[in-house]
Amino acid sequence: MGAQTNENGEFEIKFVPAGTVVLIVRASGFVTYNQEIIVSSGTVLNQNITLSKEAKEYDEVVVIGYGTTRTKDLTGAATVITEKNFLQGSLATPEQLIMGKVAGLKVTSNDGAPGSGSTLRLRGGTSINASNDPLIVIDGVPIDNGGISGAANPLSLVNPNDIASFVILKDASATAIYGARAANGVILITTKKGSASQKEVHVTLNSKISISTIAKYAEVLSGDSLRTLINRQGSQQQIDLLGAANTDWQKEVFRTAITSDNNVSITGGIIGLPYRLSVANRFENGLLKRDNMNRTSLGLNLNPTFLDGNLQLEVNQKMVQSRAFFANRGALGAAFFDPTQVVQTGNNNLFGGYFEWIDNGKPNVLSARNPLGLIMQSEDRSVVNRYIGNAKVTYKMPFLPMLKATVNLGTDQSEGTGYTITDSLSAAGYFTQGSYSQYRQTKGNKLIEAYANFNTGEKYKDHLLDLTAGYSYQDWYTSSPNNASFNQAQDSIIGLPAANPFYTKNALLSFYARGIYTFKNQFVVNLSMRRDGSSRFSSEQRWGWFPAASAAWLLSEGFLKDVKEISMLKIRAGYGVTGQQDGIGDYAYIGNYFEGATNAQYAFGGQYYTVFRPAGYDANLKWETTSSINIGLDFGLYKDRFSGSIDVYRKSTSDLLATVAVPAGTNFTNQILTNVGGMQNQGIEVSLNTGLIAKKNMRLDWMVNFTRNFNEVTKLSQIEDPNSPGILVGGIAGGIGNQVLIHQVGQPTFTYFVYEQQYEQDGSLIEVGQAASIDMNGDGIVDPLDKWKDTNAFVDRNNDGIINIKDRYYAGQVAPKFFMGTALNFQYGKWNAGVSMRSEIGGTIYNNIHSNSATFSAIDGTKKFLSNISSLFYEDEVQKTTTNQLLSDHYLERADFLRIDNISVGYNFGKLGFTKDKVGVNVGFSVQNVFVFTKYSGQDPEVGGGVDNNFYPRPRVYTLNLNFDF
Amino acid sequence: MKKIIIFSLLLTGITVSSCKKQLNQSPKYGLNAEVVYSDPANYIKVLSKLYAGLSMTGNQGPAGQADIAGIDEGFSAYVRVLWNLQELPTDEAICGWNDPGIPELNKSQWNAENVWVKGMYYRIYYQITLCNEFIWQARDEKLAERGFSTADVEMIRKFRNEARFLRALSYYHALDLFGNVPFVTELDQVGAFQPKRIERAALFEYVEDELLAIEDQLLPASSAPYGRASQAAAQSLMAKLYLNAEVYSGTPRYNDCATYCEKIINGNTHQLSSNYQSLFLADNNTSPEIIFPVVYDGLYAQTYGGTTFLICASLGGSMVAADYGVNGKWAGLRAKPNLVDKFSDSTLDSRYLFYRTGQVKDITTMATFSNGYALPKFKNKTLAGLNGSNSSNSPHVDTDFPMFRLGDIYLMYAEAKHRSGDAGTALQYVNMLRERAYGNNSYNLASVSLNDILDERARELQWEGTRRTDLIRYGLFTSGSYLWPFKGGDVAGAAVSDNFNLFPLPTSDIILNPNLIQNPGY
Repeated sequence: MGAQTNENGEFEIKFVPAGTVVLIVRASGFVTYNQEIIVSSGTVLNQNITLSKEAKEYDEVVVIGYGTTRTKDLTGAATVITEKNFLQGSLATPEQLIMGKVAGLKVTSNDGAPGSGSTLRLRGGTSINASNDPLIVIDGVPIDNGGISGAANPLSLVNPNDIASFVILKDASATAIYGARAANGVILITTKKGSASQKEVHVTLNSKISISTIAKYAEVLSGDSLRTLINRQGSQQQIDLLGAANTDWQKEVFRTAITSDNNVSITGGIIGLPYRLSVANRFENGLLKRDNMNRTSLGLNLNPTFLDGNLQLEVNQKMVQSRAFFANRGALGAAFFDPTQVVQTGNNNLFGGYFEWIDNGKPNVLSARNPLGLIMQSEDRSVVNRYIGNAKVTYKMPFLPMLKATVNLGTDQSEGTGYTITDSLSAAGYFTQGSYSQYRQTKGNKLIEAYANFNTGEKYKDHLLDLTAGYSYQDWYTSSPNNASFNQAQDSIIGLPAANPFYTKNALLSFYARGIYTFKNQFVVNLSMRRDGSSRFSSEQRWGWFPAASAAWLLSEGFLKDVKEISMLKIRAGYGVTGQQDGIGDYAYIGNYFEGATNAQYAFGGQYYTVFRPAGYDANLKWETTSSINIGLDFGLYKDRFSGSIDVYRKSTSDLLATVAVPAGTNFTNQILTNVGGMQNQGIEVSLNTGLIAKKNMRLDWMVNFTRNFNEVTKLSQIEDPNSPGILVGGIAGGIGNQVLIHQVGQPTFTYFVYEQQYEQDGSLIEVGQAASIDMNGDGIVDPLDKWKDTNAFVDRNNDGIINIKDRYYAGQVAPKFFMGTALNFQYGKWNAGVSMRSEIGGTIYNNIHSNSATFSAIDGTKKFLSNISSLFYEDEVQKTTTNQLLSDHYLERADFLRIDNISVGYNFGKLGFTKDKVGVNVGFSVQNVFVFTKYSGQDPEVGGGVDNNFYPRPRVYTLNLNFDF
Repeated sequence: MKKIIIFSLLLTGITVSSCKKQLNQSPKYGLNAEVVYSDPANYIKVLSKLYAGLSMTGNQGPAGQADIAGIDEGFSAYVRVLWNLQELPTDEAICGWNDPGIPELNKSQWNAENVWVKGMYYRIYYQITLCNEFIWQARDEKLAERGFSTADVEMIRKFRNEARFLRALSYYHALDLFGNVPFVTELDQVGAFQPKRIERAALFEYVEDELLAIEDQLLPASSAPYGRASQAAAQSLMAKLYLNAEVYSGTPRYNDCATYCEKIINGNTHQLSSNYQSLFLADNNTSPEIIFPVVYDGLYAQTYGGTTFLICASLGGSMVAADYGVNGKWAGLRAKPNLVDKFSDSTLDSRYLFYRTGQVKDITTMATFSNGYALPKFKNKTLAGLNGSNSSNSPHVDTDFPMFRLGDIYLMYAEAKHRSGDAGTALQYVNMLRERAYGNNSYNLASVSLNDILDERARELQWEGTRRTDLIRYGLFTSGSYLWPFKGGDVAGAAVSDNFNLFPLPTSDIILNPNLIQNPGY
């Protein structure tokens, strides 16, 4: 039973049965009151209750590596995001909860596929060839960032509803305690726990139902437009291939999809055993037909204490099973399948009735397959099981209560299994009588760590000392069998297995120590040191030191204490060294021979011999080292109605791992991953929180964060040379091996490296081989014999009369120079509403659809099939892709955008009267991916690698959210 | 309590030291060099890789675990890069693809960043480094140390000499294509160092010395299993080296060329195949003419880079892929009109293998497959018309690539003799090939000039990867004295600077190795 207070804070609960009851009073901003009262029959109890104010944010305890600290004692750049600031809506993966919420952290969803997760980049990323992913630690267990077969993303196996908070450690003074894995920042995730003070059982039921729709289709020619175009200027060959239909292939393969997400959580405490149990299921359908993910998760947290509170036990267990059906991704190219053809031919004996391009009675091996046929005639299913668990025991020494010893044992085990079938009746399976292949991958890591903490607490008035020291061991393995692939009937092998199964393992052993000294609650000094030993390096390079030092001065506890307007003011400065070893092979420093596969043999006298091949290696491989400086300011004004922080940082990476050429003749490879380079990131981050309206019944909060990051490659080779060709990356569709991006000294990583297009006077493209508007052959007249040469198509920047790679120039970077996240939250009585937006500015995007699928020649026809082309064709009517055309800067566009990620509105009914006030109800409605403001001509300006080509579109999602409290 | 503390400290100490051992990890399925070379049975598997360096692109067929990085794996095959460098900048072939570097080869406008130039260079040095390692591991002193039986030692020595042949072959290609290059032998171990530079003439001597040293140590042609380098293979390479000696070292060695051709001819193991086409078919491993093949198989030796490339890329237009034993037409390679014109005397020549339906002879657009006659000379069909082992539903073929064959030896012999003043012998050997081509002696020449021999080489060895070297020897590869479409970037052909007789060393290696000097003009 329960009641709401009136405006004066008075309330009345009638007909309470006699006996001992628990009175609970909750109010926002105050500590929940929880008291047993004895009610005797027929009496009226008058009770005056005073609620104590909740601790101010910076008195709160925050999780840091191997321990906790008070927010006000933080000396490094750290951002805490708790549940109340999470992004709303139906979110599949945890990191989406903090999208756009943290200055310096760019969260980009990989694409629109179910559970595909996101790419996280903190302060730009410190690496080229190794990993740029931050280290993620869930309840003290660093998780494996590598994916598992059968799951789109490792974090997609964690239920976002179980998460209580994120702590993002950004600068090295905060992260150096994680040593060799911390260069890209550390994200500490804490899951929800039961509470010791809570005596009754509390059940929360949350149910979401969503509808996903495609936000924007790729703009391509309709069947009629393609027919008109080909009939106007096409060859007889092309005209002969035209069909009579008007098929919108995108509508054939995409759909409006329904997703449900149900969570039940039970929290409570049974005789001193606080617990939280959660069960959840998410059933997500993708926009692509048949695409589905069905994830069931179970979470159990226990945190009992024993021996008068001296022994604390914390057990966290998460079990997940994800069953997925992956629709054939080949269908993402649907837009470019010939729209003049029918979907079904009516002849079910051939290719299951699907229209296919044929060549001499057989499927045309060079053409695309019927997109719907690809989806309907293949089956790709997986089951992934994952268990993440840890048990942490903390023992407070009874003879010395300031000393605590902690042992933490954790593990992360996963297994992915699955199979792929291609129908033997389908065109894709025609030549092999279908296909069947199975896969299985197991991964696991185990963590053993022990540390001791000495904390003087409040004992000495002006001095607080917090010392931690410990060690940690963690190892990881991945294994998978070497399976052959078969035809669908599984009676003949179509793909030979690899010579050996796959198995790899690495281990990391670490020692660390940290000391935090606080003087008069005003001056804080934090020193830490970590020593890491990694099995990935030879015994000479194996061990590394990772020190850090930082300090903070809380001016608001000092001479500004009496300034009423300033509730908090702190300046911070820190320096630290971190490492990066992800992305380095487990055995890359050892010279080894590997046996080749049975289809890569050599025959002597007709007898085949498998090969033994030595692998290239760098015996001196070691981790990348990043040293960083951070200076920051935190403030709160007018009783924290206006608060925020500003950080400036510089991160310098040395021993940067890059895959670079080795001198020819010196290794069993021509390129090797080795420590040769340097990189620098520097920038500024600002985050502000304002209570625009803070009335009793109405609140309007505005949060905004800005990030400006400057990235530059400072070194890429042992011997510096201005003629260094750099490292080409960024493969594009069209031709084989064309690349539009480069890593080059003096430029940001992933810089566009392209030709400068020349234009005619009317602004149209000059196309090699096409009619020229000037007298090219010098015969005195301008006629069709005059054709542009390739020296005319592009600017000959070095004036040598030849257009080659030396004429390419640096034309912008992939990463945005500036990004911003903002959110408005409004509350009025029982109503609440919110909007979250993100913006990125200064990035460049390469429109590969424009370059490769918007020319007349892309329709083809010479190889017995036609393709559709993008409507962008009408923009410049390029006839054919000629030499280097793909590498023209004509196809670069600004990737600037402002995206409304989410709009939500909710109503809190409170405890419902007809349920005798037992059930509380909260109803909400939200829209995700509401709108994108951009000038980009393609589907979506937010593309991971900068090259936009056949992207799984991000859905727009409408979600109805129901929350019940019992 | 103290006991507990001491006990926990001890426990911690024990776990730490046992964890420390975990830091020594090694691959479960990899083998280090010591293990590999301790078993005599393993040597042939390493040797197999040295040969497969010519055919495969990685440890997995048709692609996967590539040997060479920074280039599409299919592009990186030895035969494919060599063929592109030797044929596309000449009067024999053009490729219509817009892949990086291809148009520049068609136009003789490559630079030191060209991906094909880099691919060839690094493929050559990959091969040399692998050979060096094997030669070093199989040195006599090591073999004695390992206590192998006399028979095993004898067998491994043969392998080692074949490794020296393969290394000499790759150094020959370095000499021919790049001239002045880095020089490493088995005495240089893998590690961070900068190899010294060797000049072209000195490299010529080195290759000559190596071949002289191993010539008699290899298996005789009569007993060498097909696929392994025999004495005749070494002699073929020497003949080729001497034929071009003037280009390489400044001193002509035509007499030596003739001597080595005679060794092969008089060896009598190799004979001309009676049917010209049979040399380029799925069962060409049965041909008595092939002296040194690069071996492929549709099932057990799959790649996108060898004869699969030569066959599939030559198909397009109205051709039917299945007729050639493969499943697709890559529509890239066509003959330049100059090659077609070499056959102007007669189309009765069985070497006239052009496909003309829907094609025009002249080339005005590089990318248009119908520009230029197609030349499906290599096929994945047997002489009896059967498919290769992987049926016709795959691009993977059984056809071997003839690196050296007797027909080439005859023409080298004819040219060497002619250049030494013996036009009579030259005529005799040219006519032997013409008789095979026409099936009778009605088209035999009455006399032969040096230019006739070059033209005969075009007809006989078209698309076999020797053309660039031949044109350079005749002084026709660069300059404006002999033009073909797109030479110098012009549709009609334009003069090309003489520096293009050598390819540039890749910029990346020039930077990494200060001992190197870029070839002039780049």
